[in-house]
Amino acid sequence: MNNWFMLTVVGKDRPGIVAHVTSALFDGGCNLGEASMMRLGGNFTIMLMVKHKGNTKSLLEMLSSVTASLDLHAHIDRIEGELHRHVEPDVRITVFGADRAGIVAKVTGALAEAGLNILNLESDVGGSENQPIYIMHIEGCATEGIESLQSALDVVIKEGIEAKLTPVETLIG
Amino acid sequence: MAVLEILVYPDERLKQVATPVENFDRELRDFVADLEDTMRSGPACVGLAATQVGNPLRIAIVDVSIKPRIRSHGRILLINPEITAWEGHIVGREGCMSVPDYTGNVIRAESITLETFDLSGEKKLYRLEGFEARAVQHEIDHLDGMLFLDRLVSRRNDLFRRKNYK
Repeated sequence: MNNWFMLTVVGKDRPGIVAHVTSALFDGGCNLGEASMMRLGGNFTIMLMVKHKGNTKSLLEMLSSVTASLDLHAHIDRIEGELHRHVEPDVRITVFGADRAGIVAKVTGALAEAGLNILNLESDVGGSENQPIYIMHIEGCATEGIESLQSALDVVIKEGIEAKLTPVETLIG
Repeated sequence: MAVLEILVYPDERLKQVATPVENFDRELRDFVADLEDTMRSGPACVGLAATQVGNPLRIAIVDVSIKPRIRSHGRILLINPEITAWEGHIVGREGCMSVPDYTGNVIRAESITLETFDLSGEKKLYRLEGFEARAVQHEIDHLDGMLFLDRLVSRRNDLFRRKNYK
């Protein structure tokens, strides 16, 4: 029987991580689902849906030589694999400013209360070491309407955080 | 009048370059009526190209008037359409009746000048912008054998990160 697992991999970034991990999975007879993989602060991170006939232990064993040779940490959770049920975002929010403690908590807290369901969040620290700037992109669903989110964001903006909300109109043609 | 079957990627016919319409006849009018019925049968659909229903002619329909708060010319008939001028560019999210359960970001011109023909073969000129201009570009791509998948840009590129340029 085929089961879905969420494989999480973290390690110091170097060339070949994706190729080696996915080759080991392919050789082991696994199928892959959706994935998010990116370099975060010098580390490479993978979140990958894997369909596998065995259990958590056999999947970890399949990856053991790759994780050992590339010094990667792997973690596996059994999941419900829901493919072909994408939820479309109807709003995009960009936040940026001088990096300071609590930006994410403040912004997402206000937005959650105003009905935002986050589908995707990506953030970066740019600028220089002396003057870091924080940039965050959020895509999500406004479950209580765009106006509600804009009001919540207006409060945060008054407190000195630069944030912009753009409705996402997906074109289907 | 009929709702036609919509081809779904990876159907090879979606990659064909369509050929110009030469006869502005009854057959053309009947096909356009069917294409419009098919477009309106998709609840969120704002455009459909002949390519998507397996007809290899340069015909498409766009109608963004179902979207609230968006400037619209109503139904725009695209027959042998040509974009003669482009201005600006903007990222927006697109999906497609021929690519179910996936949407992605695509860069399009912000405003365009469109030359097209009506059912009697008379030339029409439109100045279009924003969402409506995007829809026309998406449909003309179909006539050139292109899908929005050919033009995807990364979500992370919305705000470009730069190294220090000195």
